[in-house]
Amino acid sequence: MSYLEYNAKTTPSGLRKILFLNWPLIVLLISVASIGFLMLYSVAGGSFSPWVEPQVKRFFMGLVAMVAIAMVPIWFWRNMAVVAYLSSIALLLAVEFFGSVGMGAQRWIDLGFMRLQPSELTKITLVMLLAAYYDWLPRERTSRPIWVLAPIIMILVPTFMVLKQPDLGTSILLLAAGGGVMFLAGVHWAYFAAVIGAGVGLVTAVFQGRGTSWQLLKDYQYRRIDTFLDPSTDPLGAGYHITQSKIALGSGGWSGRGFMQGTQSRLNFLPEKHTDFIFTTLAEEFGFIGGVSLLAIYMLIVVFCIAAALATRDRFSSLVIMGISLTFFLFFAVNMSMVMGLAPVVGVPLPMVSYGGSVMLVLLGAFGLVQSAHVHRPR
Amino acid sequence: MRRNPKELDSTHRTLSRRALLLGGLQLAFAGGLAMRMRYLQVDQADQFLLLAEENRINIRLLPPARGQIFDRNGIALAQNSPSYRITIVPEDAGDVDKVIADLSRLIDIAPEDLERAIAEMRRSPPFLPVTLADQIDWQDISKVAVNAPALPGITPEVGLARIYPRQSDFAHVVGYVGPVSDYDLSQIDDPEPILRIPRFQIGKVGFEAKQEAELRGKAGAKRVEVNATGRVMRELDRRDGAAGADMQLTVDADLQGYVQARLGNESASAVIIDCESGDLRAISSAPSFDPNLFVRGISVADYRELTENTYRPLANKTVQGTYPPGSTFKMVVALAALEEGIIGTEETVWCPGYLEVAGRKFHCWKRGGHGNVDLNTSLKQSCDVYYYDLALKVGIDKISAMAQRLGLGVRHNLPMSAVASGLTPTKEWKARNRGEDWLIGDTANASIGQGFMLASPLQLAVMTARLATGRSVAPRLVKSIDSIEQPDGAGVPLGVNENNLRTLRRGMFSVSNERRGTGYGSRIIEETMRMAGKSGTSQVRNITAAERAAGVIRNSDLPWERRDHALFVCFAPFEKPKYAVAVVVEHGGGGSKAAAPIARDVMLQALYGGTPPLEAYPKKDRSRIRSQQERLERERPVRQLDGSDRA
Repeated sequence: MSYLEYNAKTTPSGLRKILFLNWPLIVLLISVASIGFLMLYSVAGGSFSPWVEPQVKRFFMGLVAMVAIAMVPIWFWRNMAVVAYLSSIALLLAVEFFGSVGMGAQRWIDLGFMRLQPSELTKITLVMLLAAYYDWLPRERTSRPIWVLAPIIMILVPTFMVLKQPDLGTSILLLAAGGGVMFLAGVHWAYFAAVIGAGVGLVTAVFQGRGTSWQLLKDYQYRRIDTFLDPSTDPLGAGYHITQSKIALGSGGWSGRGFMQGTQSRLNFLPEKHTDFIFTTLAEEFGFIGGVSLLAIYMLIVVFCIAAALATRDRFSSLVIMGISLTFFLFFAVNMSMVMGLAPVVGVPLPMVSYGGSVMLVLLGAFGLVQSAHVHRPR
Repeated sequence: MRRNPKELDSTHRTLSRRALLLGGLQLAFAGGLAMRMRYLQVDQADQFLLLAEENRINIRLLPPARGQIFDRNGIALAQNSPSYRITIVPEDAGDVDKVIADLSRLIDIAPEDLERAIAEMRRSPPFLPVTLADQIDWQDISKVAVNAPALPGITPEVGLARIYPRQSDFAHVVGYVGPVSDYDLSQIDDPEPILRIPRFQIGKVGFEAKQEAELRGKAGAKRVEVNATGRVMRELDRRDGAAGADMQLTVDADLQGYVQARLGNESASAVIIDCESGDLRAISSAPSFDPNLFVRGISVADYRELTENTYRPLANKTVQGTYPPGSTFKMVVALAALEEGIIGTEETVWCPGYLEVAGRKFHCWKRGGHGNVDLNTSLKQSCDVYYYDLALKVGIDKISAMAQRLGLGVRHNLPMSAVASGLTPTKEWKARNRGEDWLIGDTANASIGQGFMLASPLQLAVMTARLATGRSVAPRLVKSIDSIEQPDGAGVPLGVNENNLRTLRRGMFSVSNERRGTGYGSRIIEETMRMAGKSGTSQVRNITAAERAAGVIRNSDLPWERRDHALFVCFAPFEKPKYAVAVVVEHGGGGSKAAAPIARDVMLQALYGGTPPLEAYPKKDRSRIRSQQERLERERPVRQLDGSDRA
């Protein structure tokens, strides 16, 4: 069902829309963010600076943005999808040329009040574009090769740009989220089998290319993969992150060491303790119970999103909500796998918890889309 | 464009189906994550907790204060005094090179120290202090302290350093400490962790080394929480160690100082032993060295000077040096003979100046001979022929047995380095060690303390004390440990006929107090303190028949290292022996000339507990003695080297 068929009279209008927001989702997001504030407070050694304060500010900015986006009808966003996608590609190009280098990668543009990471933005705009694409595409063409190739190009263009930055984590997320949307849109199974095959081929190419002039990853990325495969080879070097992360996590035990009592993270044994590895602090201080609780809240957010996606009969809305929830899921799934030693350290933050402006704002903006779809769903 | 509802329904069904499928996959993955979490946090929690503790907790050792060493009167011989050092924390210093340059303008920093410090800075994290200069004096510390604002990162620190206030006086007795070396560590099975502290000092030589276990004390420890870079975040708990035991020695610091000064620059040694308790009152080896040099780290040049000195200042000659005892051994032979009933005191031997033994002439030191000699005369004039004759009658094994009863040839258990056991040869010993039969000539040689016979000054002093008391006096160096009195060395009666001992003492008295006695020139005339002694002159070369025919070359004409050793043993007062003294002057020439005056002087010093009155000396010696006393008084350094004058 397209927006043209919406009976505008049945959708809420004006400020009444606020009543129709998906409030449980908002509550869940606030609780996740609060857990983040708590952990940032803890890793700062019991201080609001340097992390909690800006994070709280950005969270509220993000909340306002989310509600603002939610107020705008979803069909407007659908129409904006192509523009948004092209803008983010432009921004990606911009960082390639004007971006600042941090942690050995070109990732952000300094906007003055914040550092914008276009790669984060791209995660959402890609989902929007694909959703709009499949909303527009007649169903019978969904699995035709030429119509499958188009979205693949849409996915691969930003993916390669991000990979060149280099940001392996984000490119994996883009690839997976894009593929997820295609899957949801009903693309034939065979294509996914082919993509998986191609993925295996790519991995082979990545490893084969190592040491040659056309190697696809930076040396440090290869090393991270090496040490992921066997962290014990270099416990004080590159394997340090994974080893220390597992130690911190494991030492939390059933119920943890208590708030602010996590020794490993507070004593700097953990790298990136306020960003990518913040989950270890939580797991160390609140133990298995704390870790599983956060995981449960995350999954509840995903489940609410899926429910919202199923509840709307608008194809764009469903695909956008599912795509966003999948992106969100990939964030925490990859991050947790990484800190638990199940995946290589690829630099994916824990959504809404890790310190970082771009991810927080982009995610809340994305949930704004989810809310908008929810508010403006055809009734 | 409108789509037909059927198509819409079908696309929506597909989407819903796939959404649910994807949702299910996500839930499954989340379940997997939860399982992994459970595995790490519940199943393996203990293991990771242990690893985390290892990460977090560091044990820092607290070095204990080393036990101090005092003399019998409580004068410090080895103590811990505050030592100042300058450390730099590179992180605080900012521009390290500039700060060091500024510092070098204020005080002198040895280039090698600087090099080491810079190397250390490169290795260690920037917040750890690195020592720039150690053992620096108060003036330099003040300069640094005053200029502290201009020297960021530089801190004057105070620690404990071992110092030996009596400097060279006790170098051989107390020894010295030094930083643990890799070699030291390799010598110890399972070394205590404290030994691995950089610059931790342990006893290297002498008493410091022998009593290391007691002096070191027990290290305390504090558990500190450290972060990943090793920076200490907070102290968790601490267990205080125990300081090392304070030791009191039997030596008398002032007497030792006198003896050391009296020996002067001779290559000589002297032992003063308390006849009643076995206490070693002084045990001096000359020349000596300043042990403080070793604590600070001796320079290569200084060390070479010590090792290349022919007088061997590093050797502790009192216990480590063994010499042919020469004529001081004659009492042993005489006592063995008396105990065996082989001779009477009245029996005489004819001394023509030599005795022919197994076709070889054994000469008396007096070419013309002593004529008829009885036991007393034989001691007094040290007639060699008398003892050749006696020894041949008694036999070497009995002589050696007696020597051992008197403390020769046995290793006295003293906490000093390289205590020698000397040698009292027997037939069996020679067969075993030389693979040769004992020759009769060997006995003749041994009878006058030559040949294989070897004894240390300590053993000679013990022998003299045992002769003087008739008891098995044993030397004692440690008076008390942590104020707990140690058993004395008074010993038990030797089981020797007292009459025989009296005969010998009488003979020794004649040596020192009768005209023509070899020690007469170095007698004490104070009635209550008269001493009984015996001189000894031991050859370090063989005098060939040809040389003898040409006339034996006088000692003073020989190169130093071929001259005879001069020995003298004595005890006093004769009536009630208080101290026994043994003096050995290496290559000093005749015992009566070179060793006896020293023995007399140190004996008097011991008996009077200070400078003796001139009346104790024979009249004709007094003016010489006075100037000697004045000279020694002048030369003896004023000893005030302790913590107070540095602070």
